Amino acid sequence: MAYETIIGLEVHAQLKTRAKIFCSCSTEFGGPPNGHTCPVCLGMPGVLPVLNREVVNFVLKTGLALHCRINPFSRFARKNYFYPDLPKGYQISQYEHPLCEAGFLHIDLDGEQKRIGITRIHMEEDAGKNIHGEGSEPFSYVDLNRTGVPLMEIVSEPDMRSPREAAAYMRKLRTIVRYLDVCDGNMEQGSLRCDANVSLRRVGESAFGVRTELKNMNSFKHVEKALDYEVRRQARILDEGGSTVQETRLWDAERGVTVSMRGKEEAHDYRYFPDPDLVPLHVDAAWIDEIRATLPELPDEKMARFMTAYGLPRYDAEVLTVSRELSDYFEACNSVAQAPKVVSNWIMGDLLRECKGEDEALAQCPVNPDMLARMIQMIEQGTISGKIAKTVFGEMVKTGKTPEVIVKEKNLVQVTDEGTIAELVDRVIADHPEQVVQYRDGKEKVFGFLVGQVMKASRGKANPAVVNKLLKERL
Amino acid sequence: MDLFRWTIQEASAAFREGRCIPAELMASVNSRIEAVEDKIHAYVSVAGDAAVQQAASLSAGNEASPLWGVPIALKDNLATRGMRTTCSSKILESFCPPYDATVVSRLRGAGALFSGKTNLDEFAMGSSTETSYKGTTRNPWDLTRIPGGSSGGSAAAVAADACVAALGSDTGGSIRQPAAHCGIVGLKPTYGRVSRFGLVAFASSLEQIGPLTKDVTDAAILLKAIAGHDHRDSTSVNVPVPDYPSLLNGDVQDMRIGVPQEYLQVGVQREVREAIRNALDLLGAAGASIREISLPHTDYAVSTYYILATAEASSNLARYDGVKYGYRAEPVEDLLDMYRRSRAEGFGPEVKRRIMLGTYALSSGYYDAYYRKAQQVRTLIMRDFEAAFDVCDVLLAPTCPTTAFRIGEKVNDPLQMYLSDIYTISVNLAGIPGISIPCGFDGQGLPIGLQILGKHFDEATVLNAAYAYEQRTDWHGQRPAL
Repeated sequence: MAYETIIGLEVHAQLKTRAKIFCSCSTEFGGPPNGHTCPVCLGMPGVLPVLNREVVNFVLKTGLALHCRINPFSRFARKNYFYPDLPKGYQISQYEHPLCEAGFLHIDLDGEQKRIGITRIHMEEDAGKNIHGEGSEPFSYVDLNRTGVPLMEIVSEPDMRSPREAAAYMRKLRTIVRYLDVCDGNMEQGSLRCDANVSLRRVGESAFGVRTELKNMNSFKHVEKALDYEVRRQARILDEGGSTVQETRLWDAERGVTVSMRGKEEAHDYRYFPDPDLVPLHVDAAWIDEIRATLPELPDEKMARFMTAYGLPRYDAEVLTVSRELSDYFEACNSVAQAPKVVSNWIMGDLLRECKGEDEALAQCPVNPDMLARMIQMIEQGTISGKIAKTVFGEMVKTGKTPEVIVKEKNLVQVTDEGTIAELVDRVIADHPEQVVQYRDGKEKVFGFLVGQVMKASRGKANPAVVNKLLKERL
Repeated sequence: MDLFRWTIQEASAAFREGRCIPAELMASVNSRIEAVEDKIHAYVSVAGDAAVQQAASLSAGNEASPLWGVPIALKDNLATRGMRTTCSSKILESFCPPYDATVVSRLRGAGALFSGKTNLDEFAMGSSTETSYKGTTRNPWDLTRIPGGSSGGSAAAVAADACVAALGSDTGGSIRQPAAHCGIVGLKPTYGRVSRFGLVAFASSLEQIGPLTKDVTDAAILLKAIAGHDHRDSTSVNVPVPDYPSLLNGDVQDMRIGVPQEYLQVGVQREVREAIRNALDLLGAAGASIREISLPHTDYAVSTYYILATAEASSNLARYDGVKYGYRAEPVEDLLDMYRRSRAEGFGPEVKRRIMLGTYALSSGYYDAYYRKAQQVRTLIMRDFEAAFDVCDVLLAPTCPTTAFRIGEKVNDPLQMYLSDIYTISVNLAGIPGISIPCGFDGQGLPIGLQILGKHFDEATVLNAAYAYEQRTDWHGQRPAL
């Protein structure tokens, strides 16, 4: 049976504000347990929440970047449930009146663009953490440092049709929140979390099937793997004539399966109602304009500009704009080197390999854009060969020395003097009579071997063009 | 002379003129507490000698503040740093906040002294102090009767001169009703006039902190000290605070007084009705114009209130779970067992009843029929008042349908108990200010309260109308024989 996969994602992004959402405690990660707390985030009797406007600014930024409608009236609601890491017995969230609604973003898959709808973005507070100890004296402690750290929940429309699309959506969302500098986007550390709603329906049907909610996928890889598993699981049930049940399932990364956590009957009744301690939030046009003015160039715009302004292929433009750090690196490097495609090749190849694609590593990489640019200039000017440049690059990474110093110290300047190269060519011809005969008999492949021998004799420094030319003449 | 009988103005004048020092007054109040506390049980905890020492070490230079050196009693749902704040509940019996409520820090700043924490219905849920885990406070006018509630301890302490003035909180009448039953002045300010930071929440959208005092001028002084915007309470409103005491002139010439016809119908005790009529005659004679008005949605107020207040309470009281502070049942089997037993053992029956009512009202499938509908009715009730204030400056009504009932009389009939708040509850739903002042006694010598209501943030007119009545009567000077 052929099924269509329907996926919608609920993403929680931890906002990088300095203070918590309803008190002035630090949002800094770590610190001694309950060190970043006060009577307000501890939920002590009689205390009241006061909204941190920086949180609103961050969510407005995101809402605008995701083309959302900004609601002039929004309000906070209480989500009631008991858990030790939730000191008030309710989480302050938004329910009936979220700040942002009806937006979208574009994902790219195999060169095709697809628009994914954003249902809503709302603000809420994070909960704390329970810590359990096993052994002869088991204990359970609660650390409330994270309590009150601001989150925004971004809910997508059920617009994704495959796990790959879902993973692409997550990556794009991460790119955007990082461009906006509102979230560090680290899934492994939990600053970006994702729940997925998955259902299948027969191809051609328009009604949605019964969905399950997947939790506990804490990397991009796991989002895709968990969804793949879940899609196959549901398809198998349907193929066998069974029916799926509405439930919440956990991804077990170690076993590579999803397991049922709770059914529909056990679902919480959160008893949402408007929080009487917080006044409705009114966002006027002036406020929105103020935030709009702070928006950076976003990945889609930047990618388009990289293609038109630098003449880069779409793939290059996409890779280079995946983060602000990387695109800034490219532009800084190219402003000196003035060779977009060469710069792009070096960044996408050697540099990204070196940094394993991580922005932190890029920031700490000893090869700064200027060094890379000057090295590229040396290639363009014929001072070093492309091959030697690989060595120079490796040395720059290892030692942090400038390309000029490395080339000088290691005596890597390219040899273009025909006399010097001719000597080497003559020696290679003399040393390999057999291959010379083969070449003259029409075995053209041997030419490459002979070039290699000359290059080797020059310890890679001979100008390959000159080597080619002289070798051809002499054969 | 018994110093403890002083009002705020009398005490302040005596300090200014050097006739007395704060430590003397504090000691006098303490001795009064000792003398009457066995009979009335107004306090949950008293400051005692510590307050006298504090009085002695009060920094000079603040004498200009009318509250400098004045002993004030605080309802025990107001957070006091380093002083236990129990809400008269077992679940918070040993809770000692590391912070002051904003009103408390403002009073400290004004040089006030605190005589102690007063009794209340558990978490302010009740009209008689009978739901208190700390025992029932008795009405100083008749020790077999309730003082009213939930600020019954504060009202009884003021009536018995066991403090100079007190603060209470009013969620559905909890300042005005006990003030009426104890023959004193009690003012509920406009919602948003006084910061709620540090007031242990029962129903956040309804409650305000306000003064309970021996006369109207004291209420004006105390209100001025605690009112004003507070950045720690988003629902406190940033509007100027008038100098209430200086605005009291007793002039009601051409003041338009409305009388809600729905507030004088069946169920009102005859003597209460008469006292209100007399008050209207008196103010009419003083130059006010009196007219009947209608608040047509009055009948829905009690049911609306008990949906909204309990819904908010069910959520506000979720934090008492035995995890962080307060009572925890031990030993327990697991987390669920800890929650269940801590709450079952820590809360009294009325609190549990309200948590259950509120939880039900918010439940999926019932929300629209109860909570949302109640919010809609609340809007209609607000509009009733808005329409009335289009043609009136203040409204005048009884505070309660009857005088104080006997201890135990309604304790097993929650509906009868809830109905005793019928004239005070709408005011909280509408968020407007209201005052109760003494306006006579019934045949058994029990005080009757006159309620005056005003427009949002127009406490000045409410206070002045009350002052005009007080100037022309001497009910407020009467004290129970204890």
